[in-house]
Amino acid sequence: MLAFVIRRLAQAFFVVVAMVVLVFFGTYVIGDPVWMMVPGDATQEQVEEVRRTFGFDQPVYIQFLTFLGDVLRGEFGRSYVHGSSAIGLILDRMPATLELALAALILAIVIGIPLGLFAGLKPDHPVSRGIMAVSILGFSLPTFWVGLMLIMLFSVMLGWLPATGRGPVISILGIETSLFSLEGWRHLFLPALNLALLKISLVIRLTRSGAREASLQDYVKFARAKGLSPRRIIGVHILKNIMIPIVTVLGLEFGSLVAFSVVTETIFAWPGMGKLLLEAIQRLDRPLIVGYVMVVVLLFVTINLIVDILYSALDPRVRLTGSQS
Amino acid sequence: MAEPVLAVDNLATHFFTRDGVVKSVDGVSFTVAPGEVLGLVGESGSGKSVTGFSIMGLIDPPGRIVSGSIRLKGEELVGRTEAEMRAVRGRSLAMIFQDPMMTLNPVLRIDTQMMEAVHAHEKVSEKAARDRAVQALAQVGIPSPEERLSAYPHQFSGGMRQRVAIAIALIHRPALIIADEPTTALDVTIQSQILAEVQKLCAESGTALVWITHDLAVVAGLADRVAVMYAGRIVEQGLVDDVLDRPLHPYTHGLIGSVPGEAMPGKRLMQIPGSTPSLGRLPPGCAFEPRCSRAVETCRAGAPPLAQGSQGRAYRCINPVPAEEAA
Repeated sequence: MLAFVIRRLAQAFFVVVAMVVLVFFGTYVIGDPVWMMVPGDATQEQVEEVRRTFGFDQPVYIQFLTFLGDVLRGEFGRSYVHGSSAIGLILDRMPATLELALAALILAIVIGIPLGLFAGLKPDHPVSRGIMAVSILGFSLPTFWVGLMLIMLFSVMLGWLPATGRGPVISILGIETSLFSLEGWRHLFLPALNLALLKISLVIRLTRSGAREASLQDYVKFARAKGLSPRRIIGVHILKNIMIPIVTVLGLEFGSLVAFSVVTETIFAWPGMGKLLLEAIQRLDRPLIVGYVMVVVLLFVTINLIVDILYSALDPRVRLTGSQS
Repeated sequence: MAEPVLAVDNLATHFFTRDGVVKSVDGVSFTVAPGEVLGLVGESGSGKSVTGFSIMGLIDPPGRIVSGSIRLKGEELVGRTEAEMRAVRGRSLAMIFQDPMMTLNPVLRIDTQMMEAVHAHEKVSEKAARDRAVQALAQVGIPSPEERLSAYPHQFSGGMRQRVAIAIALIHRPALIIADEPTTALDVTIQSQILAEVQKLCAESGTALVWITHDLAVVAGLADRVAVMYAGRIVEQGLVDDVLDRPLHPYTHGLIGSVPGEAMPGKRLMQIPGSTPSLGRLPPGCAFEPRCSRAVETCRAGAPPLAQGSQGRAYRCINPVPAEEAA
């Protein structure tokens, strides 16, 4: 187990290094950020001045080494636009995004698994066919369009829920969250649902195919032959078996929920990291872009590790070992 | 004869598929006395497993028991609701399956799977259920049962898993166990151990057995009586020695002839030509007629009636194998 964790951390290290290189040169070739920082009527001297201050006059490898040194110290520089620490800005916005992603994940589980189970256990029922048809819509409709439709229906026409922004936040253990107030949830529900829609469809399909496969297994017949109740057979025997792929996929998808909440955050004016990233890209704010990508990479690596460990808890046949033996 | 534990009368289980009605079991009747071992023999697709599942009430759509009666200790099982069947399953009626690798849930520990079987029919404490599980494991010859209880199925060998399955089946001391080819997937040496074990346990607890198999050698060593199935019907039944020593139905005769042990060394084994007919399109007369060497004109006219002999001997053939040929 320990060997496994160490091996995974070593792998993660190389992933991070590769990302640092990619992101640096990626943003380097996009364009010269100086022009974004100086006023339109700046003289050549002023431009050169700014260039020297930020070190852009140095050869690219020197710039890279300086950047690497900063990264090693956990510092991604100051945002060109905001003037404050890039990582500080990102971490400031992170709770809002994590909150959104977490709410979406919860929605995906509490809506997706029961519907998927129903569709899997009663495949010929008309309701099951309905569930499957809707899940195809969930897969194919574009997020931005669904988001606008949700706003139109629930905010404009029905007036039940607010269309934009985040509700009041409460500080719990130093983390600001809106999860603990009704008003917070009223603001959170629509963006979370919008973000979750694709994942709900995914979970429905995973659960359905898993349940269909598991219900034909001999161990289910044997469980019935023991005289167990359907509730126990479905809730324990079937569910525990199909949780393995669901946990794996959802774990990986949580990373993408965080990383790709950009569209949803923009539509619902949700003050998260995604919105910050979009602004940073528009203004070539390199430290902010790099900081964001690094945070997301670390998030992915951590989630994958947690998924692997959870996996072994769910499936006793999986043993986490450092070697292949 | 004492009142039978199980009396199956004219049972018919059909599967209503898109390609038509498949009559997997069509008019099967037999009885099992308390403590008796009945061998249910037949080729793949002869309906022997479907008979077993029908008795358990585990036939799923598109299959359905269309007629007949199944009485367990005098009580009718056909037509019961799922909840009523559940009260019987696992308590007075248990089942062991063919593949021990598949019958235990891979993600649940042995203790969970054994204790839930106890809790399904008795309201006892966790401790009492656990004790019962330990006893049951010890009974089927699993060493250090208390430790093994917290293991997962993949930590057991195939033979050990089948012992666990048998322990679960025996946990409520059922009146009848249906064993669906439980030794087919095991090594020959393990097979004989399990056979001996099951025989001993059933004799101790007075449990009757319906042993479904295609292996005549197993039946010869284990069963008191044998019923031979072909195309959804029992074509011959009787005491095991009677049937094996002097088969009357040509199909039984062919089955016995194709067992290697009986043949003279160097001589070709006898074999039954052709293969099992499709259950959706059975010939109008005797189902075995197209493959039968003793077929006569009247065989095609209609299904042969059941001919009764002494000591429960019965067969469905109008031109049975004469005594001098059978020997």
